[in-house]
Amino acid sequence: MLAALATLLVCQLAGEVIVRAVSLPLPGPVVGMALLFVLMLARAPITKEIGATTDTLLKHLSLLFVPAGVGVVQNLTVLGHEGLRLILVVVLATVITLAVTALTFEYLARFLGVDESAADHDGTREP
Amino acid sequence: MSDFVKLWVYLSGSPLLWLTATLVAYVIADAIAVACKRHPLANPVLIAVILVAAILLATGTEYPTYFAGAQFVHFLLGPATVALAVPLIRYLPHVKRTAVPMAVALVVGSFTAVVSVVLLAQAFGLDRASTLALAPKSSTAAIAMGIADKIGADPALTAVLVILTGITGAIVVTPLMNALRLKNYAARGFAAGLASHGIGTARAFQVSPIAGTFAGIALGLNGLLTALLVPVVIAWLVK
Repeated sequence: MLAALATLLVCQLAGEVIVRAVSLPLPGPVVGMALLFVLMLARAPITKEIGATTDTLLKHLSLLFVPAGVGVVQNLTVLGHEGLRLILVVVLATVITLAVTALTFEYLARFLGVDESAADHDGTREP
Repeated sequence: MSDFVKLWVYLSGSPLLWLTATLVAYVIADAIAVACKRHPLANPVLIAVILVAAILLATGTEYPTYFAGAQFVHFLLGPATVALAVPLIRYLPHVKRTAVPMAVALVVGSFTAVVSVVLLAQAFGLDRASTLALAPKSSTAAIAMGIADKIGADPALTAVLVILTGITGAIVVTPLMNALRLKNYAARGFAAGLASHGIGTARAFQVSPIAGTFAGIALGLNGLLTALLVPVVIAWLVK
């Protein structure tokens, strides 16, 4: 677990350095993800250790948003007098974006014959 | 009584109390979500946030005091983002096969995210400052706040709107995709990550590893594209 965590942190650190060095419009961790991807693509296999550590982190990804979410509740006043309309706009735009993105993906996948709906489910539970 | 006050003063000043509170609130929230069979409305982020916020309100605790403890959890967002590379490698053959639908859905979806929110903001008569703050709402918080800063919007307002977008997407995605009869979990996950960044991705990972993998890809790519698109769309649509 320690080696896996160290690998993740080294990639994140390298990502932060690169972002600052060439002033990319991306957060360091996103560049870190790209670095780890390239590293594993190059040759480094996914060890059991890295696999287990990343699975644990990603399984509890929801937890990691709790501190930021609490900040939002404490900051709801910044929404001001337009609050209700702002929330309505966010909800509508998110629904439209979700639908357009998924439908585009699905229709193109079907058109190109790469739709694997049946095989996609991986035996995991129905949401 | 004064012993209790002394203990409280000591504990409330140390990171231990609020780190523990965050973890316990999440454990409870996740248990509720499991008890509701992961019903989309029983979103663990939302439940945990409400629990913690209620405790902070009841104890009159300021956010900086809370964050001194919660920062250790918040910090893990960085390594967790890096970790998204692992499922990407695992499902690489699948990802490669769907590269074309994915690339087109990325461009169409990213454009839709920015344009729809700007047009809706104008249709609802929101003022210019709110419209600008809304524009990057589908990208991950760090990117959105950077964009907000660049286009002269309030980063604090953008951060709030980004989190609201994430929670909305995480709650809405499953019923919406079922209503659209979409069974392709790559498409569903990709949409969740694109429209509602990390919080949508967290939801996708709870549904299926394929959905989570594609959500992670969408989260990264849409962040980059949104940073490029927002200034262009703003110049075009916002007078």
